[in-house]
Amino acid sequence: MKIRSTASAVAITAALALVVSACGGGGSAKKTGGSGAEAPASQYNAGVTQVVNPSDKTGGTLHMGMPGDFDSVDPGDQYYGYAWNFSRLYTRALTMFKPVPGKEGLELVGDLAEGLGKASDGGKTWTYTLRKGIKFEDGTPVTSKDVKYAVARSLDKEILPSGPTYFNDWLDNGDYTGPYKMKDKLDSWKGIDTPDDQTVVFHLKKAYGGFDYFAMLPSTAPVPAAKDTGTKYKEHPVATGPYMFKAHELGKRIELVKNPNWDAATDPNRKQLNDSVEVLLGQNEDDLDQRLLSGKIDVKINSTGVGANARKTVLTDDKVKQYADSAPLDRTWFTNLNADVPPLDNVHCRKAVLYAADRSAIQGAYGGPDAGGEVALSLMPSKMTGYEKNDLYGVEANPGGDVNKAKEELKACGQPNGFSTTISFRVERAAEKQTAESLQQSLGRVGIKLEVKGFPQGDYFKLYAGKPDFAKKNGLGLMVYGWGADYPEGFGFFQQIVDSRVIRAAGNTNLGVKDPEIDKLVDQAAAEQDATKRNSIWASVDKKVMDDAFILPYVWAHGLFYRPPTLKNAFISQNFGMYEFLTLSTQ
Amino acid sequence: MSESPFLDVKDLKIHFSTDDGVVKSVDGLSFSLERGKTLGIVGESGSGKSVTSLGILGLHRGKSANVSGEIWLDGEDLVTASQEHVRRLRGRKMAMIFQDPLSSMHPFYSVGDQIIEAYRIHHKVSKSVARKHAIDMLGRVGIPEPKRRVDSYPHEFSGGMRQRAMIAMALSCDPELLIADEPTTALDVTVQAQILDLMRDLQREFNSALIIITHDLGVVAELSNDILVMYAGKCIEYGSAEDIFYRPEHPYTWGLLGSMPRLDREPTERLLPVKGTPPSLINVPSGCAFHPRCPYSDQTDGQSKAEIPALINTDPGHLVRCHLSRTQRRTLWENEVKPVLETQ
Amino acid sequence: MLLFVVSIATFAIFFLVPRLAGMSADDLASRYVGKAANDQMIHEAAIRLGFNDPLVVQYGRFVKGIFVGVDRNYGPGIEHCPAPCLGYSYVTQNPVLPDLLDRLPITLSLALGAAVVWVVFGVSTGVLSALRRGSFFDRLSMGVALAGVSLPIFFTGIVSLAIFRDQLGLVGDVADWVPFSEDPLTWANNLILPWVTLAFLYAAGYARLTRAGMLETMSEDYIRTARAKGLPERMVVVKHGLRATLTPVMTMFGLDLGLLLGGAVLTESTFSLPGIGKYAVDAINNNDLPQVMGVTLTAAVFIILANLIVDLLYAVVDPRVRLT
Repeated sequence: MKIRSTASAVAITAALALVVSACGGGGSAKKTGGSGAEAPASQYNAGVTQVVNPSDKTGGTLHMGMPGDFDSVDPGDQYYGYAWNFSRLYTRALTMFKPVPGKEGLELVGDLAEGLGKASDGGKTWTYTLRKGIKFEDGTPVTSKDVKYAVARSLDKEILPSGPTYFNDWLDNGDYTGPYKMKDKLDSWKGIDTPDDQTVVFHLKKAYGGFDYFAMLPSTAPVPAAKDTGTKYKEHPVATGPYMFKAHELGKRIELVKNPNWDAATDPNRKQLNDSVEVLLGQNEDDLDQRLLSGKIDVKINSTGVGANARKTVLTDDKVKQYADSAPLDRTWFTNLNADVPPLDNVHCRKAVLYAADRSAIQGAYGGPDAGGEVALSLMPSKMTGYEKNDLYGVEANPGGDVNKAKEELKACGQPNGFSTTISFRVERAAEKQTAESLQQSLGRVGIKLEVKGFPQGDYFKLYAGKPDFAKKNGLGLMVYGWGADYPEGFGFFQQIVDSRVIRAAGNTNLGVKDPEIDKLVDQAAAEQDATKRNSIWASVDKKVMDDAFILPYVWAHGLFYRPPTLKNAFISQNFGMYEFLTLSTQ
Repeated sequence: MSESPFLDVKDLKIHFSTDDGVVKSVDGLSFSLERGKTLGIVGESGSGKSVTSLGILGLHRGKSANVSGEIWLDGEDLVTASQEHVRRLRGRKMAMIFQDPLSSMHPFYSVGDQIIEAYRIHHKVSKSVARKHAIDMLGRVGIPEPKRRVDSYPHEFSGGMRQRAMIAMALSCDPELLIADEPTTALDVTVQAQILDLMRDLQREFNSALIIITHDLGVVAELSNDILVMYAGKCIEYGSAEDIFYRPEHPYTWGLLGSMPRLDREPTERLLPVKGTPPSLINVPSGCAFHPRCPYSDQTDGQSKAEIPALINTDPGHLVRCHLSRTQRRTLWENEVKPVLETQ
Repeated sequence: MLLFVVSIATFAIFFLVPRLAGMSADDLASRYVGKAANDQMIHEAAIRLGFNDPLVVQYGRFVKGIFVGVDRNYGPGIEHCPAPCLGYSYVTQNPVLPDLLDRLPITLSLALGAAVVWVVFGVSTGVLSALRRGSFFDRLSMGVALAGVSLPIFFTGIVSLAIFRDQLGLVGDVADWVPFSEDPLTWANNLILPWVTLAFLYAAGYARLTRAGMLETMSEDYIRTARAKGLPERMVVVKHGLRATLTPVMTMFGLDLGLLLGGAVLTESTFSLPGIGKYAVDAINNNDLPQVMGVTLTAAVFIILANLIVDLLYAVVDPRVRLT
C-alpha cells in the first residue's frame, strides 16, 4: 500500500509540474510563428487606441474560435455584440459604426445606405438612400425591397426570437406581425415604404432621434424574400459583405469564403484580406485560450476576452501581456437599492449606502483594473457617447468609501446607528457573491448590517430580484446586478434600467428606479434629434439617478483580450468592446 | 533388472519457501516403477503425495518451489532438464488424471476440444484427425455415443462420465507414465469401482506405468503392485501390496488399514483411527514425525523423539521407517492390531 | 419499456421541478424567447410550446411525434418532421434527430477508439501484473492505474493537450472534426489524445479487474490441467486463463461502452469534440427539453443495446449460460 500511494503521488506531482510549465511557457514558446524575436515588440493596451500590425497583404485563413455558439448567424435573429460584429463580415446593414480605433469608432456612418438617415416629421420618419451597385452573393442587385423584407421578417419573434424588439416597439406596424404569419400583406405594412429601389423610408409611432442606431442593427441587412427559409436561414444567410457562407455545420463550425460579388468600390469601410474565415464553435474555453496564446487560433469570439485561467498568465507574464488589451465595455456592474424596503425608502439611507461602499474591493472581485474594469463614478460607462463626468459621492478621491459622510447621511435618515437589510445576488456568479460579501463588510463599518442571500441566476429576474412583490416581501433592500447596453448610446443603456414605466409584475430589468422626472428625461432624450442636446439629456439622467441614489455603481466593466503577434490590423472597437472583426487579417 | 528402472525417483525433495518458513512438502523420497506396473502412494492430505506427483510432471518450477534430488524417466533426469523439454514430455510421455474433474476441466471448452488440444500439442495433425482420435478415446473409456458427446461441455456430463473423459484426455497421447491423483474421490462407490476397473483395463492395454495417489488404501488394494505410504513428506513404509495389507509393520499403516471403509461397515465407524491431526510441515515434530500420534512411541526408549528413524529393509522389497524393533512390530501386529481388524 | 420509463422520467423532471419552484408556464417559456421579449411574446411562446396543456397531453404529443411525426411552421411554410421525430429544439429550433445523427459518428469514433485502446492496454497490463505479481511492473502499473481512475479527465485532458500538442508537437493542431471517410489520418490525429485520455480513465479499471480475475483464474484447477497437458505457458495464460477472466471484463465493457455511446460528456467538452456528450451538456445548460429527451433516449438505447449484446456474447463465451 505504501509503495502504491507513493507511486501515484509522484505521478500526480509530475503531472502538476508539467501543467505549471505548460501554462507558463504556453505564451512564449511560439514554435509555429517562430517570429517571437523578429516581430516588433508590442505594447499592452496598444490595440485600444491604434491599429496594431497594419497590413494590406492578402491570402490565408483567419481562424476564429468560440467557447459556445452564436445565438444565431441569421442577421434578423441575433442579439450579442460578437454576433453583430461577426455578421458584418457577410452582411451589410443600413448604417454601421466606423471600423477605426478610438472614439471615432463610436461614430455611425452609412453602410448599405450612402449616409445616415434623414429625419422628417419631427423625427417620426427616417429616410435612407441605398448605395448603387451592391449585389447579393449570387449577383442579384440589392434593392430597398430586400431591406423592407428583412426588417419585416425580424418582427416575427416566434420564428426569429433572438433579436432585439426595437422595430416591433417603434415602427408604425399596426396589426402587422411579419411576412410569415401574414403572407402577401407586406405591401399593406405601414412601417416601411420603398418608393423606389434605392430608397427605404421608416415610419415610427413616435419620434426617436437616435434612429440611425436602429438602422445599424443587423436586422436591416437585406434578405431576399425568395431565399428566406425562416428558422433555417441561418444555415446559409445570403451575403452582401466581403465574405459568404461556404459551410455551416450547426453548432460545430462555420467557413466563410470570399464573396465574388462584393465590390470594394461600394464599401469604403471593409477589407477582404484573408481568403477565408473559419470559426470553430463549442470549444473548450481553457484549451481555446491556450491555443490563442500560442497563436494557433487568431481570434477568440466572446464578450469578455480570455478566461479566468488564462487571465493569470496574461497579466503576470510581461512577454504575454504585451499582446493583450484591456477593452472598456458598454457595461456597468452595480447594485440596486430597493425603495420598497424601509428604511431605504429614505433617500438619505440610500445615500449612506453609496458613501459607505468600498468600490475598490468590489473592483478586485470582478477581476481588478485590467480584467474587471475601472472603479465607476456614476452609472453611465465613461466610454459611452455623451458621457459627462459625474462624481457626486467623491468616489475618485475615496474609492474605499467615505465613512463620515455615510454616517452623516444615516443621521439625516434617522438611523444614526445603521439598520439591517438583505442583499441578493446570483449564486452562479462568484464575483457577485464576493461583491455581496464585500458590501457586507464595508457597510458594516457604519452599522448597516447585510444578510447575504443567493438566488439561481436563471430565475433571478422572473422569480426573485426581478419580481417586485417577492423583493418587497423578502426585504431585498440591495440587489446585485449589472447591465450592458446594446450600443454605446444613452437610450440603449438607460431605458431598460431606469424608466419606471417598464416595471412589470415579474421579469424586470429595472429593479426599482422610480422617479417621474427620470421618465420625463428619458422621453425627452429619445425624441431629441440633435445629437449634442440628446447626449446632454442622457448625462443629466445619469446625474439624476445618482442623486436619487437608486443605484450603487461600482465597476465600469473591461474585458481582457489577446491578439496573437501574428494577427494584423487588430484594434479594439470602442463600440463592441472587443476586436473589430472587419479589418482583421493574418497576412 | 540390470537396466535402470523406467521411473526412478531418488532422494526427491520439494521445499517451498513461504513467509512463515520453509515447507518441506516432500523430504527425501525415493522409489522406482517399471512399465506395466502400478504404484499406489497413500497418505493423509498434506502428506506430500500430490506434491510428489506434480513434482514429477515438473509443475512446481519457477515459483517458490525448490526441487532437488533426481527423477529419472526412461533414462532422462527431469530435475535437471530444461523446462521446455519437460513441458514437451508432459501430456505425451507422462500424463495426469486429476481429482474433481469438474474443476479440473475448463468450463468454457467442450470435452472434445480439450482432448483435441491435448492431442494436437504433441501431434502435428489436422483438427479433423484429432477430432476422430478424441471420439475414439471417448469411446474407449466407455462413454456412450462419443460422436455426440464429443461436443458436450464438462458441466453437461455426470461425475463418472467426466472422470472418464478426464482419463480419455490423459490417455490421448498414449503416455508411458500415468499419474492418477485421487481419481475416484469425487465419485460415489459404484462409479468408483467402474473407474478403477477401467483404469486397470486401460493400463494393461497401454502397458503404461501407473501411479495412483490416494488417501484410501481400499482404492489401491486391487490395482497396485507396490504401495508407498507417506507421512509428513517422507516414505514410512514401502512394499508390495501383499506386504502392506497382510504384513504391515508401521503403526501409521495400521491406522490407515483400520480407517479403510468397507462395504460391510458403517462408513463412520473406524476401528483403529489415527488419533490427532497431521503435523505441520514447517515445524515437523522432532525425531519420528509420527511420534506424537503413535500409540507405541513409549516403547522406543525415548528414541522416537530424539532421532529420525531410517528407512530400513525389514524383508526384501519391504521397507519401514520405525524405531520399534522388528520383533516389537510383528508382535504388536499379530497380537494387538490384526485381531481387532479382523473382528468383523 | 425502459425507453418509456426514461422518457417519462425526463419529462417529469423537466416540468415538475420548475413547477415545484413556483414557475408558471410563462416563466418556463421565458427561457426560450429572446432577451428582449415582452410578456405577450412570452405568453405566446408558452402557448406555442404547449406548456399550458396538462402533462399527459404534452407527453402524448412527444410520443406521437416519435410514431407519427410532427408538422412545424418554420416561417415561410410548414415542414413535416417524419417519424421517428424527436421534435425541435426550443433554443436553436433545429430538429433534434438530425442533430443527434450528425453527432453520433463523433461519439462513436471517440468511444470505440478509446475502447480499443483501453481494452488492449488495460487487459494486457492486468494480465502482466497478475503474472508478475508483486514485481516492480505490477506495483508501477497498479500505481498508474490508481492515478488513472482518480484524475479527472478535464485535468488529464488539458495537461495532455499542453504537453503533447503545444509543447512536444506530437499531434497536429487540427481542432475541427473530420470524418474517417474523408481523411482517416486527420481523423486519427484529432482523436488520438482524446482516445488515450479517455482510455487512461478506463484502462485503469480494466487493469485492476483483469489482474484480480487472472490471479483467481490462474490458481484454478483447470489451469493446472492445461499445464499438465504440456501446453506452452503462453497458451495456458491466453487460451485458458484469459478466456475465463474475460467474462466479468466483458460485462463491465458492455456497460461502459453503452454509457459512453450515450455521450462522453467530459472528454468531448475538454477536447472540443462536438459529439453527443457535448450536445447533452449544451442541452442541459439551455434547459432544452427536446434535446435533453433526445440525448437521454439515445443513451438509453445504447445502454439497452450494449446490455443485450453483452448478454448474447456472454452465452457465446460461457457455455454454461447457454440456453439449451
